[in-house]
Amino acid sequence: MSDLRTIKIDGVEHDVPAEYTLMQACEEFGNAEIPRFCYHERLSVAGNCRMCLVEWEGAPKPQASCALQVKDLRPNRDGSPAHIKTNSPLVKKAREGVMEFLLINHPLDCPICDQGGECDLQDQAMAYGRDFSRFEENKRAVDDKHMGPLVNTIMTRCIQCTRCVRFITEVAGVQEIGLVNRGEDAEITTYLEQSLTSELSGNVIDLCPVGALTSKPYAFNARPWELDKVESVDVMDAVGSNIRVDSRRDAVLRILPVVNDDVNEEWISDKTRFVWDGLTRQRLDRPFVRENGKLRQAGWDEALALAAEKLKGDPGRIAAIAGDLCDAESMFALKELMGSLGVQNIDCRQDGSLVGTGSRESYLFNTTIAGIDRADAILLVGANPRLEAPIINARIRKRWLEGGLDVGMIGEVADLTYDYDHAGETAADLVNFSRASTGFAAALKDAENPMIVVGQGALVGEEGLALLSALGNLMSGPNFAREDWNPFNVLHTAAARVGGLDMGFVPGEGGKSASGILDAAERGDMDTVYLLGADEFDASRLKNSFVIYQGHHGDAGAHVADIILPGCAYTEKDGLYVNTEGRVQMGMRAVPPKGMAKEDWAIIRALSAAVDRVLPFDTQSELRDQLVEKHPTFGALGYAPGAVASTAFDVSTLGKDGALSSETLRSPVADFYMTNPIARASNVMAECSALLDGPTLAEAAE
Amino acid sequence: MTQLLKDEDRIFKNLYGTQDWGLDGARQRGAWEGTGAMLAQGRDWIIEQVKASGLRGRGGAGFPTGLKWSFMPKEVGERPHYLVVNADESEPGTCKDREMMRHDPHLLIEGCLVASFGMQAHAAYIYLRGEYTFERKRLQAAVDQAYEAGLIGKNACGSGWDFDVFVHHGAGAYICGEETALLESLEGKKGQPRLKPPFPANAGLYGCPTTVNNVESIAVVPTILRKGADWFAGFGRENNKGTKVFSISGHVNAPCNVEEALSIPLKTLIDTHAGGVRGGWDNLKAIIPGGSSVPLLPKEICDTVLMDFDALREHQSGLGTAAVIVMDQSTDIVKAIARLSYFYKHESCGQCTPCREGTGWMWRVMERMVRGEAETHEIDMLLDVSKQVEGHTICALGDAAAWPVQGLIRHFRHEIEERINLYRTGRPVFVQAAE
Repeated sequence: MSDLRTIKIDGVEHDVPAEYTLMQACEEFGNAEIPRFCYHERLSVAGNCRMCLVEWEGAPKPQASCALQVKDLRPNRDGSPAHIKTNSPLVKKAREGVMEFLLINHPLDCPICDQGGECDLQDQAMAYGRDFSRFEENKRAVDDKHMGPLVNTIMTRCIQCTRCVRFITEVAGVQEIGLVNRGEDAEITTYLEQSLTSELSGNVIDLCPVGALTSKPYAFNARPWELDKVESVDVMDAVGSNIRVDSRRDAVLRILPVVNDDVNEEWISDKTRFVWDGLTRQRLDRPFVRENGKLRQAGWDEALALAAEKLKGDPGRIAAIAGDLCDAESMFALKELMGSLGVQNIDCRQDGSLVGTGSRESYLFNTTIAGIDRADAILLVGANPRLEAPIINARIRKRWLEGGLDVGMIGEVADLTYDYDHAGETAADLVNFSRASTGFAAALKDAENPMIVVGQGALVGEEGLALLSALGNLMSGPNFAREDWNPFNVLHTAAARVGGLDMGFVPGEGGKSASGILDAAERGDMDTVYLLGADEFDASRLKNSFVIYQGHHGDAGAHVADIILPGCAYTEKDGLYVNTEGRVQMGMRAVPPKGMAKEDWAIIRALSAAVDRVLPFDTQSELRDQLVEKHPTFGALGYAPGAVASTAFDVSTLGKDGALSSETLRSPVADFYMTNPIARASNVMAECSALLDGPTLAEAAE
Repeated sequence: MTQLLKDEDRIFKNLYGTQDWGLDGARQRGAWEGTGAMLAQGRDWIIEQVKASGLRGRGGAGFPTGLKWSFMPKEVGERPHYLVVNADESEPGTCKDREMMRHDPHLLIEGCLVASFGMQAHAAYIYLRGEYTFERKRLQAAVDQAYEAGLIGKNACGSGWDFDVFVHHGAGAYICGEETALLESLEGKKGQPRLKPPFPANAGLYGCPTTVNNVESIAVVPTILRKGADWFAGFGRENNKGTKVFSISGHVNAPCNVEEALSIPLKTLIDTHAGGVRGGWDNLKAIIPGGSSVPLLPKEICDTVLMDFDALREHQSGLGTAAVIVMDQSTDIVKAIARLSYFYKHESCGQCTPCREGTGWMWRVMERMVRGEAETHEIDMLLDVSKQVEGHTICALGDAAAWPVQGLIRHFRHEIEERINLYRTGRPVFVQAAE
């Protein structure tokens, strides 16, 4: 940054970093606005739209400001600094010319275009174009392309900016969109018209500056100006992507990313983006009570009274399991309620993991997502980040593309969109790996900023603890524990998990863990099981118990429930979520709850009154205050601890010694599109999921 | 009367293929003579000689060759240096490189060695136009001969310099003659021009320092070094030195390639070497002096203009590749330029907006103007559109598409207007249906 050059922008001299592009320099220092279509700050520079032309005084031609760097500017012959003009008549004429060229073959179908109202072409035509057309010929028409169930194409509108091509190739890492043919016949297409296979494909919709690529599920649903926009947090995985929920009245109509460079940059996964149609299906909108083997509608009072009766039994034969999508407040309320009832059998790890009882560093993604940018060696153990956290996978790929990053993997082979060294399949292979002194093992030992990422697939049960212990031994080298770098990372898949672990939603003294609860229930030793949105296990094992299900979708848990207490999905309530880095973020309510459903914390508060153990809060903010008081980490919104406590973090305390499993480590995410009740209720996700098995569906549809 | 180039001063002595193209024939004509000694004089000497000779690039833009070579890094760093020879000769009207590669391939190969040595490149790639299959075979055969004779390969010409030549066959796209598109194509990618900077001398083929030169620019270098920079600089006017192969085609009695000194009067060139214009000089209508992409010149200018970079530029045209396209009075000049517009529309790569959209627009308007089916004000509009394309694109194809149209309007606006008037008064000009 120290290399400054003096240049003149619109007549005023500025000292500008040499590596800046003219566009950056003009916008940051010259307060100028440079229109652009093809340029995008997170993609490579294409320089093909020619909208950003500026005048370099003395140069024979206008220059593309997105591509030319300040250091490439020569001073004038007399030694005075180069002069860049962003508003001269030449620039105005150039912009009008480019705008005219873009518009001559662009259809005038704005009234029926979904991009209308948020279209770069529309806006810039207003600002920089002429108010008439000189084009008398016929306009070009282009056949629409098939890009799968998510991306709608109206290719006549395409202006060939190639943002989508660059995104899919560079960020998503699958070469599935390209520009074919040449000249005015150039078309953007998926090769052989196949569906996009990337989990990030929906981002091309945001990137497209015109209405060529639009959202298929959202097609013709609404105009952008009639939507209510609420910034919130995603719960589809443990990344905690920042999102904007757009709704009209009580319906969520679309979900868009919000820029957060520390978390999701400006991308979100397809599941995050398109899951919203699942929010209207399979919803639990009123209390139900099972009677004679069949669920019947009930009132709140009846349901709560019945639930309270069941919870008054022997606390040793009562259990509570919290699911993956829960907000911290409702989990905390449930934990407090169970505590007051003396119930020790509580767990927020429905997948059977036993990790998360030690220091906070032992279960967080300590390097942080932004820290990936500094890593030079990454070992993935039983993790498939592409399926478990596509945003993190894209971050690793971005780092890998820069060069100087070695990736190794122990676990099932998968296409991660970057090259890696496959160092083994099972936990037991870690033994050989730690002894090896060649290949990736050596790279990891020599790395300046190594990362070890262990996935949930490797952390189930006692064997998971043994693996953690082995990883602890591996990390005893000098380059691992540092004041400014914590190499140990647990990649969570559940949005609620870290929050649950932070508040100690784990078995109390002598209590049973989730698998213990299920085992006991199967034996008939568990009278009542309270499920807070927990669906990701074989629910039939609960058929001998009385099941109280509090949640928002009629999924596995609700099917075995004896009482259903209808709660809220993440778009319908305020709530705190802690992502895999330990970053506390607040989700905001965008739409009201469905039917008779209530906010989850309020249901538990009401239930506490019914069992005569009134919880000491009447509002969510009182509840939150108590949560923060007991667990101060919840008070630091937006903050991820990273390496703050890394010197105190003793890797030898990780896990528990034991035999390493020789079974292949598999990702818990078998089907990316079907990981939670909302996704399973979504038609769009179902369509995507069906495509995973092969493209036969597309053929049958025609 | 201008002094014509003497036979002994010709560099391409076998331009017409009357002699043996092979190594023996080439040696008899002087090729590969003292090459080792040239290399022994050192790199700086080679570049200085080329600079002193005043050689300007023969591929169209006319950039001083020696200066271009001196842009290469002085020392080879981590990245190897490359020489790339642009043999993608696709400019309509141009066929000079073809003859050189067919009949005098060893001059090119020797030039590759000398130029590469001067720029410290161990490898030269010759990128051949897709349609040049015969030339590829001939060139490859010559390369094989040179390897066998130890002229190139390990310790080329006994100089201690290892040098390889690779002949690469393109797929026949005009845009791949643009130097950065050529590099993309050579790397196996789609032939689309790159943004400059970085220039190839800094980051070219595979991101390494690269110089891209036309076949002729490279092939003349050994002879310049043998005969001396002064000899070469003795031809032509100041700043337009040397000899040049002209391709004369169109309405002349004897179309030909001919090597002549630069700055020869256009009329002399045609009358002496091409048998004159069909039907006599007075039957001349217009000439495109430098390949399809430069603006045409009407007869009044052709009467006196000299064939070199600066003289043609003064008349708002250019020497380009020195492909002289002669059109006599029988020519439908509007249709001729419309055909060129179609060519550029067809060959635009589609990467950047003004060229992608503008070439098609210009062609369509031109097609209407051929029939007169237009308004008079559209002539100015067409001119304005061509100005909107020119200078606003990534590469020079946009300029190349705009210039012929601009030249037409500059010199033959009255013909277009006449056609429009005839059409509007119900007497349209008969025009052959477009193919």
